[in-house]
Amino acid sequence: MSDTQLTPEELAGQKYKYGFTTDIAMEEFPKGMSEEIVRLISAKKQEPEWLLEWRLKAYRLWCESVEPAWAHIHHPPIDYQDYYYYAAPAKAAPKSLDEVDPELLKTYEKLGIPLNERAALAGVAVDAVFDSVSVATTFRETLAKAGVIFCPISEAVREYPELVKKYLGSVVPQGDNYFAALNSAVFSDGSFVYIPKGVRCPMELSTYFRINARNTGQFERTLIIADEGAYVSYLEGCTAPQRDENQLHAAVVELVAMNDATIKYSTVQNWYPGDADGRGGIYNFVTKRGACRGRNSKISWTQVETGSAITWKYPSCILQGENSVGEFYSVAVTNHHQQADTGTKMIHIGKNTRSTIISKGISAGKSNNTYRGLVRILPAASGARNFTQCDSLLIGEECGAHTVPYIENRNLSAKVEHEATTSKIAEDQLFYCRSRGLSQEDAVGLIVNGFCKDVLKELPMEFAVEAQKLLSVSLEGSVG
Amino acid sequence: MLEIKNLHARIGDKEILKGINLTVPTGEVHAIMGPNGAGKSTLSYVLSGRDGYEVTYGEVLYNGVNILELAPEDRAAAGIFLAFQYPVELPGVGNANFLRTALNAVRRKRGEPELDAVAFLKSARAAIKSLQMNEDFLKRNVNVGFSGGEKKRNEMLQMALLKPGLAILDETDSGLDIDALRIVSEGVNALRSPSFSALVITHYQRLLDHIVPDVVHVLAGGRIVRSGPKELALELEARGYAGVEAA
Repeated sequence: MSDTQLTPEELAGQKYKYGFTTDIAMEEFPKGMSEEIVRLISAKKQEPEWLLEWRLKAYRLWCESVEPAWAHIHHPPIDYQDYYYYAAPAKAAPKSLDEVDPELLKTYEKLGIPLNERAALAGVAVDAVFDSVSVATTFRETLAKAGVIFCPISEAVREYPELVKKYLGSVVPQGDNYFAALNSAVFSDGSFVYIPKGVRCPMELSTYFRINARNTGQFERTLIIADEGAYVSYLEGCTAPQRDENQLHAAVVELVAMNDATIKYSTVQNWYPGDADGRGGIYNFVTKRGACRGRNSKISWTQVETGSAITWKYPSCILQGENSVGEFYSVAVTNHHQQADTGTKMIHIGKNTRSTIISKGISAGKSNNTYRGLVRILPAASGARNFTQCDSLLIGEECGAHTVPYIENRNLSAKVEHEATTSKIAEDQLFYCRSRGLSQEDAVGLIVNGFCKDVLKELPMEFAVEAQKLLSVSLEGSVG
Repeated sequence: MLEIKNLHARIGDKEILKGINLTVPTGEVHAIMGPNGAGKSTLSYVLSGRDGYEVTYGEVLYNGVNILELAPEDRAAAGIFLAFQYPVELPGVGNANFLRTALNAVRRKRGEPELDAVAFLKSARAAIKSLQMNEDFLKRNVNVGFSGGEKKRNEMLQMALLKPGLAILDETDSGLDIDALRIVSEGVNALRSPSFSALVITHYQRLLDHIVPDVVHVLAGGRIVRSGPKELALELEARGYAGVEAA
């Protein structure tokens, strides 16, 4: 039917089309983790004394703690002294889009994220983080008119110190866990969002994370605050070049929702997953947590996790305010030698708090995919409700799917429901589709997308289309 | 035209088809009848290219092309349609999406332009109406929660849209009440034309009251043991397969 045959290189490129590198002069601090590095990063960013102290406390907590070993993942010991903790384009931070290095603009264009506002997706403002620093933030003026603050967190530290001081670490304290401590000590950039009282953010906000430099860790920190009655939808995308070694990514995301506020946080995670033999790929250790502080507040996490060699990630909700709502919708795909241990925690504190968990795990190749979730109902949470549904889909004979739900209910009036299924893409389903004219890969894509439908429909439109394509690409070659 | 020449096929070590010879000229409808275990379903799967069925000898030409070398999806594009005895459920996959994806995949391979959503809906609605189906069929997930009759009707809907040159109906009548049987038959009869042929595989004669065949073949023990005009079906109904095999 088609007379143009793709070369093997082109085919390989199709599998992970974001694998290119950007050749640009970089400023890097020496390799390794030390108090000195923490001080250097803080000094580089001309941070106030309180933040340096905050970082140093985190560094001490990190030194005292050990890497957690409870997740269903295996990897050679990580040598934290073998990574760069700060890498940034050498040119001074641009003040406006016009000053951004053309190489960087090209990089983001290739990634499908034009930073030029005229070419940008209508209605989406982007903060572009390249290795350790934010290189551009679009539509800042439009947002400023609505009173919305959307800027690199390093800038927020300078411009809005009271807000940062008040909320930073208030949801994920420095010593929360090993990777959160590491992040707190060396985080270099990330996005800061503040939506004032009663404001519905006029556009989707998004951060695009790109790791480029070799042997580099990316430690971004995102802080989103929705004040009373505010609404914001935030999207996060991530890619990295194809490299043989394992790059490290340890992010922290903190969300705070006050009375009647809503935060919708969507992620399409497409870090480089490593090659078919399990060489290379990102180690992705992420702490994401939202606090529903006010009554009737709502935090909704939607994630499509297709990338990374290892994913360790549990976006959670602390449901403190009365009638607050937490949601977690997740699709996690693993192929080849990828390992994912992901899920959520819903902590019900306030009365009549509600949470919904829909998790779809898809395993192919020799991969392992674990759902790990906690639903905890505290004694004060009268009338709390949770519904959890965990479905696993297996493709092939050598992969694994695991479901580890923890339920702790200390209030008799609370209702907790849990449903779980495991299924395989059956040979008869594939044959049925193929006998109707679909190729093997289209058939897998169709069946997988059907399996994930309940989650994909939670994504904003543009992301949903992208996510569907990504699912098919991630599973290419997994059958037959 | 479909030409099956000395076709041998096995599943694992077990030889099921032991030298089938059969020709279905374009424009004709042929029935294949036979007892359980005769190889009827195996024949339909071999013709449509299912994995696990190994052809050990012989060839199958469809309009002169040896289809045994084609992948199932390429056979579909070539115009072969298998109506399943047990249609498969696809959870979460909307029927409209499935139909349009299939139709456009086939159209692409045939070098025809793809249908956009509007054009597709128009032709799907017309087909649904002629099959006396409810329009909510399009919104439901493929075969999920369908009754036996609804599943078979869904097969007919797919067939109506894909417009095959050769339809293979694998015991499509099993599990159907008389109304459903009539609707399914009308689905096939609506396609009958000088450029359409069908292989109707059935255990019972009653389907052939509705889809009247040009020729009836009896498949037993992996071979065609007898062929004749439509009256042969009545004879089989009266005397059973045992008599035919002995003959």
